[in-house]
Amino acid sequence: MSERPAAPGTAALEPVIGLEIHVQLATATKMFCGCELSFGEPPNTRTCPVCIGLPGSLPVANARAIHFGLMIGLALGSELAPRSIFHRKNYFYPDQAKGYQISQYDEPLCRGGRLGEVRIHRVHLEEDAAKLIHVGASGRIHGSDASIVDFNRSGTPLAEIVTEPDIRSAEQAGEWLRLLRGTLRQLGVSDVNMEEGSLRCDANISLRAAGTSELGTKTELKNMNSFRFIERGIRAEIARQQKLLLDGGQVLQETLHFDPDSGAITSLRSKEEAHDYRYFPEPDLLPVAIDEQMLAAAAAAMSELPAERAERLRGDAGLSEDSAQLLAFRGELGDFFEAALAAPTDPPAGAQALANWVTGELLGRLDDGQDPADSRLEPAALAALVGMVGAKQISVGAARQVLDRLLAEGGEPGAIVVAEGLAAMDGSDELAAIVAAALEANADAAERVRQGNAKAIGPIVGQVMRDTKGRADGTEVSRLINEQLGL
Amino acid sequence: MSSGALELSAVAAAAAIRDGSLSAGELFDAYRERAGADRAAGEQGLNCFTWVADERPAQAPAGGPLAGLPLAVKDLFCTEGVPSQSGSRILEGYLPPYTATAVARLLDAGASLLAKTNQDEFAMGSSNENSGYGPVRNPWDRARVPGGSSGGSAAAVAAGLAPWALGTDTGGSIRQPAALCGIVGLKPTYGAVSRYGMIAFASSLDQAGPLTRDVADAALAFAQMVGRDACDATSLEFPHAITAPSAERLDGVRIGVPDELTGDGIEAGVRACFEAALARAEELGAQVQTVRLAHAPHALSAYYVLAPAEASSNLARFDGVRYGLRAEAQELLEMYTSTRHDGFGAEVRRRIMLGTYALSSGYYDAYYGRAQRVRTKVAGDFREAFAEVDFILTPTAPTVAFALGEKTGDPLAMYLNDYCTVPMSLAGIPAISIPCGLSAGLPVGLQIAGPAFSENRLLDAAHAFEHALEFDGSGARV
Repeated sequence: MSERPAAPGTAALEPVIGLEIHVQLATATKMFCGCELSFGEPPNTRTCPVCIGLPGSLPVANARAIHFGLMIGLALGSELAPRSIFHRKNYFYPDQAKGYQISQYDEPLCRGGRLGEVRIHRVHLEEDAAKLIHVGASGRIHGSDASIVDFNRSGTPLAEIVTEPDIRSAEQAGEWLRLLRGTLRQLGVSDVNMEEGSLRCDANISLRAAGTSELGTKTELKNMNSFRFIERGIRAEIARQQKLLLDGGQVLQETLHFDPDSGAITSLRSKEEAHDYRYFPEPDLLPVAIDEQMLAAAAAAMSELPAERAERLRGDAGLSEDSAQLLAFRGELGDFFEAALAAPTDPPAGAQALANWVTGELLGRLDDGQDPADSRLEPAALAALVGMVGAKQISVGAARQVLDRLLAEGGEPGAIVVAEGLAAMDGSDELAAIVAAALEANADAAERVRQGNAKAIGPIVGQVMRDTKGRADGTEVSRLINEQLGL
Repeated sequence: MSSGALELSAVAAAAAIRDGSLSAGELFDAYRERAGADRAAGEQGLNCFTWVADERPAQAPAGGPLAGLPLAVKDLFCTEGVPSQSGSRILEGYLPPYTATAVARLLDAGASLLAKTNQDEFAMGSSNENSGYGPVRNPWDRARVPGGSSGGSAAAVAAGLAPWALGTDTGGSIRQPAALCGIVGLKPTYGAVSRYGMIAFASSLDQAGPLTRDVADAALAFAQMVGRDACDATSLEFPHAITAPSAERLDGVRIGVPDELTGDGIEAGVRACFEAALARAEELGAQVQTVRLAHAPHALSAYYVLAPAEASSNLARFDGVRYGLRAEAQELLEMYTSTRHDGFGAEVRRRIMLGTYALSSGYYDAYYGRAQRVRTKVAGDFREAFAEVDFILTPTAPTVAFALGEKTGDPLAMYLNDYCTVPMSLAGIPAISIPCGLSAGLPVGLQIAGPAFSENRLLDAAHAFEHALEFDGSGARV
C-alpha cells in the first residue's frame, strides 16, 4: 500500500452556496406586450409581433410586474431603487426572439435585503425566453432530430432573486427555498410551482477551508426543477468538488448541468466560453421611476409573511419553534391548522396537539406538496378527532384509522368511531378478558416479562391491539398486563 | 382630371378633393401610373420605389383631413400585407402582419397607400447607394445621388411621382435627401411620432417625419402623425395642437449661427446660398447672431459609435429563424452566419461589427459610455444656445448632390454628409430642411433647428423663409 500525502479532512472544507431564483410572475399579461400568459395552450397561440420579435415591434413595460417586483422587494426588506433601468442582454439563441433579452443589469429594481438567515443581493425584472422542444428519442438537444420553438412563454415576466453566498449545505438550501416559496405564494405574485417551471433555481457552489472568509472557485449548477433535485444536485456537486480538492485538483469555473436520473454532473460551458452579453441600456424603454403612489400600492397589497406568521403562531398559539416554523413556511399547512384551531369542538383540541397532528400524521399522508385543503378531510373534522384523542375517547391507533377514512371519504370522526366500534376500551372487563387471552397465547413472552424483560411485552400488546382493532389505550393495556402477571 | 392636378401641393389637392373639383380616385390613379412607370423602369428610371399599388384602394377614403391623398412610405415602415424590407435583401418579400402607427394614423386620416420607397439598407447611408434594391437617382441630375437614407422618398416627391412621402431620420436621413433633392423634410422632436412598426436602425435616434413639396404640406402630415402611442414607451403626448404655418415675416426672431457647423468643409456654393438665406432673414426682421455649440464637432464621432451599437443589437433578430431570408446550412451556427452574410450588405455588416466592438466587455466605457457623455454635452450646448436664440440655422448638408459612386469607396467621406444634421439628432430636437437655392444647378438645403416641441414655431419660420426665397423645384419634375 503506497503512502498518500496527508489530505485535509473533509470536515475542514466548508461549502459556500448562493442561489439565483427565477420566479414567473402571475400577471395577466406578458412583461412587454399585451399577450395573456400561457398555461399549456397550443404552441404559438399566445404571441404577437412584440413577443416573437417581429421587425418594428417595441416593448412596453408591464406595470403589474413592476408592482409585484416591489412587493417582493418589500417582503425581502430590500432597498427599492427610485430609478432602475432595463438593459439589453445580447446573445443568439433560437429561444430568443430579438437576439437579446430585456433584463435589468447594474441598476436593478431592488438591492439588498434578507430572508431568514440568508441575505439578498438583488432582485430584478426580466423577460422569459421561448420554449425549445427537442424532437427525437432523447428529448434533449444532443441527439435530437430537430428543435422547434414555442413562443407562448416568450416574454413571460420573471423576477430574478439573487442571494448572497450565505448558505452552507444542500439541506439549508432546500429549507430556505421552501421559505422563499412560501413567502412568494403568500404575496400572491407567483404560482411558485417548480415542476411547472414558475420557480426555477440555479446554485453557485464553492468550497473553502472552514473558518476562512475567502471564496473558492465556484461552479454554477443550472435550472434544477424540484426541491429534491436541488438538494441532490448541490450534494453531488459538493461531493465532486470535495473529491477534486482532496485529490489535489482544482475546481474550474464552469456552468454545470445535474441529471437527476443518473446523478451525473456535466459541463455546459467553461469560463472561457462565457458569453459577452454586451449589455447596454434598452433604448426602447424609459427608466422605471418609482413614485410614492406605487410604493403605497405595493405596501397595501402585502399580507402576513411566513416569518411574521411563525412569530404569531409561537406567541399567540403557543406552538413550539419547529411547529410554528413548519406551519408558517408551508402556508397551506398553516392555513389548514388555523382553520382547524378555529373550529369549535367538544372536547376541544389543544393547539400544540393539533399542530403535531397536522405536521405529523396528516403531512405524512399527503402527496409531496399536496395542499390538505384539496383532500376530503375538513379542518373541523381533524380538530374533533384530535379533541377525542386528547380526552382519551379513542386511542391514537384508532385515531390514525379514522384519519385514513376521513382523508379517503370525508365525514365526521364521531360517526366513524361509532360505526366502526373504535371507541376506547378503558378498564372494562372486556379489555381485561382480551388481555388474559393474549397472555395465554403468548406464554413465553409473558414468562420473560415476569422475569423482568420489559421489552418482551411488545408481542402481547400487539396481540391485544389486533384483537381490539386498535381501540385499546396502550397505557391501559400495559397496566392490565402487569396487573395480571402480578407485577 | 387636368394634368395640373399633379402639380398641386398636398394641401391644395386635399382642398380640391373636398370641394369636388378633383377626384381622389383619379388623382391616385395618375400618381400610380407615374410611380408604376418608374418602378417598371427599374434602375433605368429613378428607382424610387420598392413596391407600387397595383390598383386604387377599394374604398378611396375621400373623407378625413387627408381626403384620399396618395402617400408614399419609406420601405422600413411596416405595412400590413405589403412588402416591408427596409431596403435589405434579408427581408426580401417580407409581409408584416401589422401596420406602423405613423402610417396607420395617416391612413386613418384619409391617406391612401401609393407606394413603398427605396432607401439605404436599414437606413444606413447618406446616398441611397446602400440599398439592396439598387441605388436611387437624383431627379435633378440622374448621374447624382438623391441623398439618404430616405432617398427614394425624397426623389419621388421632387420628381412629382408622389405628392408627399414618409421618411425616417436617424442622423439626417430625412433632412439631407430633402436638401439634395430640393424639397422640404421635417425631423420632429424625438418621441413626437411613434416608432412602433418602424424597422429599427438606432432606437434612441430614429424618428419618422414627412418629405413634402412645401412647408404647409409638412405641417399637414405631421399634424396627423404626432402624439403618444401606447405601443411606443418613448413616445410623448405633444404639448399643443399642430397649426398650419402662415408667417411671412421673421420680426423679432433671434437666429443663431454656430461657427462649428458652418465653417470648414462647407463647399463654396452651399455657403453662398446659406449666407444669402441669412441676409434674407435679416430683411424679414430677424436678428442673426453667432452661437456656440462647442461639442458639435464631436457629435459625428459619437453618433458613429452610438448608432452602430444600437444597430448591432437591433439587427440581431434577423437570424433566418422566423422570417425573411434563410440560408441553406447543415448546422444552426452556419445558418445564422450564412443568412446574415448573404442578407446584409457591406455597410450594414460594417456597422454591425463597429457596434458590436463598441459594446464589447472592456471597450464599453471607452466607446459607448464616452459617446453617451458627448451626447449629453451636445444636448447641453443646444439648451444653452436656445436660451439666447429662437432657432439655429446651418446648411443641411456640406455639399450639393454628389455623383453616384463618388464616395462609396470612402465611408468616412460619406459619413461627413451628416456633419450638420447629426448634432440635432443626438439632442433629440426638431429640425427642418427647406430648399434655399441652387448651386451649379443643384439644390441647397437650409436647416432650421429649434428646441424640443417647437415644431409650430419652426414650421412658421420655415414658411416665412419659403415665402421669401421662392425656390423653384420644377427642375426636378419628371
